[in-house]
Amino acid sequence: MSAPGNGRSPMTNGEWMIECDDIYKAFDGHPVLSGVDCQIPAGKISVVMGPSGTGKSVLLRHIVGLLTPDRGDVRVAGKSVPRLNEEDLLELRRNVGMLFQDGALFSSMNLYDNVAFPLRQHTKKSESEIREIVKQRLDEVGLLGSEQKMPNELSGGMRKRAGFARALVLEPEILLFDEPDSGLDPVRTALLCDLIKEIQRKYGSTGIVISHDIKSCFNIGDHIVLLHGGKVVEQGSKEQIQQSQNPFTQQFIKGGIEGPLGME
Amino acid sequence: MIVPAYFDFDFFWSVLWPPWHSPFLAAAVLVLVMTVVAQTTGVLLGFPLALGRTSRNRLVRLPVDFYLWLFRGTPLLLQILFWYDGLSELTGNPKYLYPITRNALVAGTLALALNEAAYMTEIIRAGLQAIDPGQFDAARALGMRQRQVMLRIVIPQALRIIVPPTFNEYINMSKNTSLLSVIAVAELLDTAQAYFAVNFRYFEALSLAAVYYLAITSLLTAIQRRIEARFGERRDIPMPAMLPFWRRAIGLAGPMR
Repeated sequence: MSAPGNGRSPMTNGEWMIECDDIYKAFDGHPVLSGVDCQIPAGKISVVMGPSGTGKSVLLRHIVGLLTPDRGDVRVAGKSVPRLNEEDLLELRRNVGMLFQDGALFSSMNLYDNVAFPLRQHTKKSESEIREIVKQRLDEVGLLGSEQKMPNELSGGMRKRAGFARALVLEPEILLFDEPDSGLDPVRTALLCDLIKEIQRKYGSTGIVISHDIKSCFNIGDHIVLLHGGKVVEQGSKEQIQQSQNPFTQQFIKGGIEGPLGME
Repeated sequence: MIVPAYFDFDFFWSVLWPPWHSPFLAAAVLVLVMTVVAQTTGVLLGFPLALGRTSRNRLVRLPVDFYLWLFRGTPLLLQILFWYDGLSELTGNPKYLYPITRNALVAGTLALALNEAAYMTEIIRAGLQAIDPGQFDAARALGMRQRQVMLRIVIPQALRIIVPPTFNEYINMSKNTSLLSVIAVAELLDTAQAYFAVNFRYFEALSLAAVYYLAITSLLTAIQRRIEARFGERRDIPMPAMLPFWRRAIGLAGPMR
């Protein structure tokens, strides 16, 4: 696995890129993750599915060290993230592109500067090279022509697509997408899914996508992790999940009313 | 002495014009200098205090809370008298305190600055806390150091929120310097007192001081407008807060957000 053009040595740890061992995390005594065990295969797209409020975003934040587990361990390319020193953690984050739920654009900068920001921060590229890359990324997400707009002048979907462009601008080896499909229309969702797949194929990146849209999950995911109640209910290939006899899995992927899932 | 009921225009005009002979002009310059020194000190003290106030460490937060409780809970006039008169009585007035206890200008400016720091703390804290926590996370996730996150992302955004009320504080400070007349600092009100104590022309002397106060606050308001215009179209905040200055000034803006 390698990321052509970015000059870094590829991160590898055999089959698994990311391993979560028995992660516990509570906020104000409220448990959110209660023993999450999962493995994310290298060079593939994994989808983390599950009902709202089961700690999908919290799990994603552990991978880049924005949160540290109360118990358990997260390893990226074999290295324990909670035990990384500040320098190694910064290095890891530069290899990770993260899309936040609302895009999390910097509200003091316009669209162009937001997307150019990681390039200016972490590379020695000239402004003209940066312009080239930013324009290409914005074109991919259909935002060419809106470069001068400020984040609060954009719709939620546009902010999300801009955040997407910013997450990809360094051609990272690990891509984390927190609900890339929420708040987008079906056509844009399909186009964005296509873009995620295309970029993954082009750079051989490892991707994690959080979603509760079953259709897009099965469309882009090679590997599926099902999360419920702070635990992994089931994980495996797309086919394994579709054929699963687990009543929870069956109810969730079919969106049924009958089953172990309720309104709680 | 019986004072006839009329406006003594000759007295008023002779002191007002030409201004370069007037003691009021010197007093006005002193007011401006005190305003800038006291308020800027208050702003500079406000930043570390605001960070302390938002600290998760109780040992840092508690002293800051005590400071705010003390300085916002007592009148400014009392604090001025405390630094100038109270301090020397309490300490037996040792020599090293002379720069404060025997210098009304220093004691008064110190009192104004320390009091203002308490108010600036709250303005700066509100500015820092108004930043969406998602902005921290996004910056951290992009591999920025804590210091860079503060300098490049948080502070530029917070400044847009902090600057307008801070400028109002400069304008308030220019008026609060009048309290230093009680410890005989030769500012505008003290200068007016020096006149009416002799000729009993209260209205004329106070009018002269008022003319200079209005000149100072008008000047500061003009600077404020230029800075607010420079700080931009403020496209990062929603429409209601983008009303023109004069509408906000007279309270037509309604509640923010």
